[in-house]
Amino acid sequence: MGELRAYAALFSGQFRSVASYRASFVADLVTNLFGTVLDVLAVLVLFRATRSVAGFTLAQGLLVVSLSSCGFALADLTVGNIDRLKTYVRTGTMDAVLVRPLAALPQLVLMDLPVRKALRAVVAVSVLVVALRLNHVEWTPGRALLVVSAPLAGAVFFGAIFVISASLAFWWVESGEIGHAFTYGGRDFTAYPTPVYSGWFRGLFAYAMGFGFVAYQPALALLGRADPLGLPAWAGFLSPLVALVAAGIAAVVWRTGIRHYRSTGS
Amino acid sequence: MSVIAMRGLRKDFTVRVGRGRLRREKRTVTAVDGIDLGIERGEMVGYIGPNGAGKSTTLKMLTGVLTPSAGEVSVCGLSPVPQRTRLALTIGVVFGQRSQLWWDLPLRDSFALLRHVYRVPAGAHAARLRRCRALLELDEFLDTPVRQLSLGQRMRGELTAALLHGPSVLFLDEPTIGLDVVSKQAVRSFLAELGGSGDVTMVLTTHDLADIERLCRRLVVIDHGRVVHDGTIEALHARYGSRRRLVVDLDAPLAPDFAVPGAELVALDAGGHRASFDLLSSVAGAVVAELTSLAAVRDLALVEPDIEDVVARLYRS
Repeated sequence: MGELRAYAALFSGQFRSVASYRASFVADLVTNLFGTVLDVLAVLVLFRATRSVAGFTLAQGLLVVSLSSCGFALADLTVGNIDRLKTYVRTGTMDAVLVRPLAALPQLVLMDLPVRKALRAVVAVSVLVVALRLNHVEWTPGRALLVVSAPLAGAVFFGAIFVISASLAFWWVESGEIGHAFTYGGRDFTAYPTPVYSGWFRGLFAYAMGFGFVAYQPALALLGRADPLGLPAWAGFLSPLVALVAAGIAAVVWRTGIRHYRSTGS
Repeated sequence: MSVIAMRGLRKDFTVRVGRGRLRREKRTVTAVDGIDLGIERGEMVGYIGPNGAGKSTTLKMLTGVLTPSAGEVSVCGLSPVPQRTRLALTIGVVFGQRSQLWWDLPLRDSFALLRHVYRVPAGAHAARLRRCRALLELDEFLDTPVRQLSLGQRMRGELTAALLHGPSVLFLDEPTIGLDVVSKQAVRSFLAELGGSGDVTMVLTTHDLADIERLCRRLVVIDHGRVVHDGTIEALHARYGSRRRLVVDLDAPLAPDFAVPGAELVALDAGGHRASFDLLSSVAGAVVAELTSLAAVRDLALVEPDIEDVVARLYRS
């Protein structure tokens, strides 16, 4: 209980800090909204050009992209701030975080207020609702469960990717934008049906790294479509398991990383 | 049992050194090279050394920020890295260069937030804050956002922030760095008052030796990651042979070959009217008596050895 109050205090401190710069807050809000709309538009444009992509119609493609962006937006909203870790490591701000009686990860997450990112999550959920209606999904209890669990599992999965790629900074301070290849790159990968990709690239990202289970497989299960790539129907329900594995790996990487923290001279 | 115990404490860093445009070489740098130290409850220890000697690195290992490469360390019976969050509740940390305060919020708000972060009962928090406000004269800038505070004001805020949860050990990394004389005095007398109670153990690193002379009975000097001196300031003077100096103004000039037991003539100025002696024994009286038998002594001064000189000599050796 006491710890929750402590985190609430950190949150309110950040809220009041952000509120002291109102103009930049509004500007942030607008750019983020614009970013999400662009993501969806990119998919629409692609389907306008070709009518169907790898055998998927516009509506079906929209379902994939909306599941992906729901997961990503939720993860970005909750732990996305962690990608600032490299700045904190480089400047030694981590010192101040580590001398407080709280876990480091939640503190870092609360060091920046992501209210602006909440807007992205709202847009993503709205697109999901539209996509579900366009596809005339036949509702069963399993699918009802799936439509809730898939975005949440996607959020956990992307959250894990955020943490792992941010942890790079503990070993490699100049990791720069490399982490983004996995976070934003992963999101872009999951935005399209997996059959769009081919060869080792597909094998690595979709199956070995698990990105295929975030949006594509759950979308198939919601649509009641057989996987052209041959995975059974229940593969659509694997996303929570994949997310848990990713979260486990992220926890180990984070713990190892924080012991490698080397601070800066002062 | 010691409040702080270090045994064979060591920290190595791997650094990559550029060789040519692309090639980089790995090299291991030892920042702390086997430190054994015990600090008892209520002690105030000055931890000094030249830049890069390993002072901050030691402090960061004691506070759980850095993981030691080898050796044992315990603070308040806790192991800093594995028990970091528990330890954080019992220690206070002021890293001169890293703020614990909320940059955009008034000082008052930071203190209120820290009460929740450290889960301090409201009454105890208010009492400690009242004391800090009085001793550090915080009232005039309590409602100013931290980003608008002067360095001295901010440092007083940092000190308060580190003490509101009533820590039993206080780590201060260069608490007076960059402060003006008045702020330095304020910080020093506050720490002296705090240490006077004997409940708080304090370790402070500094480059300003006046901090040490004012506050610390015990002085630990480290260089290249090793302890080169551990003891009182007097012991340091005795060990490095620093001497008190007697400067005498005489009515009649003194001969350059003048000799007196227990002192050494080191300078003769003002046409022989002013003589400076290094005292070999600690008795100045005999030397003065000898001089008065030669000529009338108009004025005399006894100069205490300068700790800065001693330490400078220590660093160079």
